[in-house]
Amino acid sequence: MLFFSRWKIWSIIAVCAAGVFLSVPNVVQRPDWWPYAMNLGLDLRGGSYLLLEVDMPAVVRDRIATIQDQVRTRMRAANIPIVGISGRDNSVVFQVRDPGQAQAAIANLREIVSLVGSGALGGGTPDLDMQAAPDGTISIVLTEVALRDKATQAVTQSIEIVRRRIDETGVNEPTIARQGANRILVQLPGVDDPDRIKKLLGTTARMTFRLLDANADPFSGARPPPGVEFLRAENERRGDGQPMLYAVRQRVEVEGANLVRASAGTNPQTGEWIVNFEFDALGGRRFADVTRQNVGRPFAIVLDDKVISAPVIREPITGGRGQISGRFTARDAQDLAVLLRAGALPAPLTIVEERSVGPDLGADAIKAGIASILAGMVLVFIFIMWSYGLFGVFACVGLLANLFLTVACLSMLQATLTLPGMAGLLLTLGLSVDANILINERIREETLAGKTPYAAMEAGFARAFSTIVDSNLTTLIKMMLLFAFGSGPVRGFAVTITLGIITSMFTATVLVRLMMVTWLRAKKRETLPV
Amino acid sequence: MATFFPRLRMFPDKTDIKFMNGRVVGLALSAFLSLVSVVLYFHPGLNFGIDFKGGIVIEARTPGEADFPALRGILAAQNVGPAGLQQFGSPSDVLIRLERQPGDEAAQQRAVERVRGALQQAVPGLQIRRVEAVGASISQELFVNGMLALGLSLVAMLLYIWFRFEWQFGVGAVVTLVLDITKMVGFYVVTGFQFNLVAIAALLTVMGYSINDKVVVYDRVRENLRKYKSMKLRDLIDLSINETLSRTIGTSVATFLSTLPLALFGGEALEEFAWTMLFGIFLATSSSIFIAAPILLLLGEDKLRRGPPPGKDAAADAAVPAKP
Repeated sequence: MLFFSRWKIWSIIAVCAAGVFLSVPNVVQRPDWWPYAMNLGLDLRGGSYLLLEVDMPAVVRDRIATIQDQVRTRMRAANIPIVGISGRDNSVVFQVRDPGQAQAAIANLREIVSLVGSGALGGGTPDLDMQAAPDGTISIVLTEVALRDKATQAVTQSIEIVRRRIDETGVNEPTIARQGANRILVQLPGVDDPDRIKKLLGTTARMTFRLLDANADPFSGARPPPGVEFLRAENERRGDGQPMLYAVRQRVEVEGANLVRASAGTNPQTGEWIVNFEFDALGGRRFADVTRQNVGRPFAIVLDDKVISAPVIREPITGGRGQISGRFTARDAQDLAVLLRAGALPAPLTIVEERSVGPDLGADAIKAGIASILAGMVLVFIFIMWSYGLFGVFACVGLLANLFLTVACLSMLQATLTLPGMAGLLLTLGLSVDANILINERIREETLAGKTPYAAMEAGFARAFSTIVDSNLTTLIKMMLLFAFGSGPVRGFAVTITLGIITSMFTATVLVRLMMVTWLRAKKRETLPV
Repeated sequence: MATFFPRLRMFPDKTDIKFMNGRVVGLALSAFLSLVSVVLYFHPGLNFGIDFKGGIVIEARTPGEADFPALRGILAAQNVGPAGLQQFGSPSDVLIRLERQPGDEAAQQRAVERVRGALQQAVPGLQIRRVEAVGASISQELFVNGMLALGLSLVAMLLYIWFRFEWQFGVGAVVTLVLDITKMVGFYVVTGFQFNLVAIAALLTVMGYSINDKVVVYDRVRENLRKYKSMKLRDLIDLSINETLSRTIGTSVATFLSTLPLALFGGEALEEFAWTMLFGIFLATSSSIFIAAPILLLLGEDKLRRGPPPGKDAAADAAVPAKP
């Protein structure tokens, strides 16, 4: 164990030198072509961590409502009278008045079934399961596969739209990723007041253009007539301070999905902030039709069940362009334009976890962390050198190399350094001292037992090695569990300790041994300075 | 001998302390403390952080010295339930803790928005430095995961030590770990430290450190079992502890020293972690000597194998050359 071949010596030195070089990019300005450095976690650089949850029940509710609509339309068209249609959980149930027509109804409805979760052969399973009872009751159930497929789709779409919305706000290097079945993780470095983004993400932004019902009075206190709903105005109040209400028809004339462009601007005459928009061909045509047929009547622009504005149609709008004026502030108008450009979310998003840190708090944490690491290092070094003399000095060089190698590994992985990660770095120092102490104590013991320097060193390293492996492996197992079950910053802690322990095995048993052996060869001592 | 200055030796090189004489006292005291900790766990209970309980933490810095009665008044007007205010660091740093808001997940965010708005309006120049809001579902998941990590690592330790040593060692180590953990929980109750994800990380690290310590002592016991075939187990364990004493104390001191600065000026986030570590290091060191070893003595008398074990252990020990 005490012989080192020449190439071995050089490779050990090379590894340590590489450790130092790879650590350097963390403290100096590094060139663009060298991406390997640690990233600072949000808790150190400041920023916002948001965990969003896609409202899956809403997705299913939506789908069920669509199926109900399709059933009604198709049965009317096919002249099959039905009664008592209702949607619950993940199924639609209705009754065919004449049970004899049940099979015809099912045959007709087969056309709305689509295949999902297609496999390698292009096959798939139907998304709907239909069953008829003898009394003419038909139930349509969304299959398990369809529900899963729908969920995946909703999350994927939501991520895309979240990304577009965040990109519009100009945040640098946001991280947007799927987490678990129905969650989206958003990390926004440098954003310490995420209010605006939270508002942008919290809006579904489903925009619809609908007609108003002139006959219903939303203030009468009565229930709205069938096909009509009473909706609040976003920015408008009545004379008595109560929010303005409108009687809006449920039928959607044109969808926001048909918008191709939207931008904020000001009305040249009034100076008021407005949002200019442009429809695609289909939307433009439908908008032209609706406005042509309803000149003189008011219509409503509705965003997520709130009336943004309800202007009167003065003339047919045939160019496919229009503008929305809704008592906006500049910020409102810009945000609305962002939302319209990015598109609507397939389902509402809820923020289930937020962790935001201001940049100066992060800077304070870095300062405290670095000061602690330096102070801890000095204390440990004094202790080790005081206890073991020259071999203590070797151990300290080993510890320093260990620190550099750990930082180098973290840099190569482009790992994220968090506050707990810094604590991990410090703790690694303490834990890796153990290997050095084990070795030194063992050599000392063997020397006191009367062995020659070579024999004592040989035995010391050999005996200590199995103990070091045993004790480090148990810690490694723990850190892997912490990584698997922990989240966020705590994972950084686990990664740091893991790398620190692995590199400490190298520095304590190889590098320190090399130093001791080289010293012994050069000095040819009769006794060891233990 | 090349010595630059007097060496630090906390113990003479050869000690002969009869640790096993104190085994009953040690075990009884440990069991008693753990029992007290269990009682404390149920009453008054742990101070769960928002990671595990849900809720809101807001850290703010006021332009001048913080006016607590005024801030309390502002918060009370927001209808966000009981608010805990705490000054830390400088007199202008305020930590506001709100309980998890009743209602749906979005209720947390509404409360954050209300409080943030009200504070910034009432105290011009107030800086919100940190906001954390955790809802019910997340906190539940984090708690389950944290407990899973703790439980699984106990099982993993048992299996590992069983595999590397003999079952008596595994049981001894795990029983000691359980005693250690209960005391750590008691420590959290007594200090009122936040029990959160960082606390789990601290517990796992202490467990790792503790098992590390046990492995070193056990390793020596195993070695001595092969070396002194006729020595009484009791004396053999005493000898092993004495032989490893300088390393046990040395490592503890080194780890203690490396963590101390963090406890003193690591900032609000890491202080509690560091103090827990310091307590844990002390606990782990003492339990190696006074708990893990006596348990081994209780379980292993006349049962532990003395010869070089056959099979897998021999292979695992191949790195260690045979004794002369």
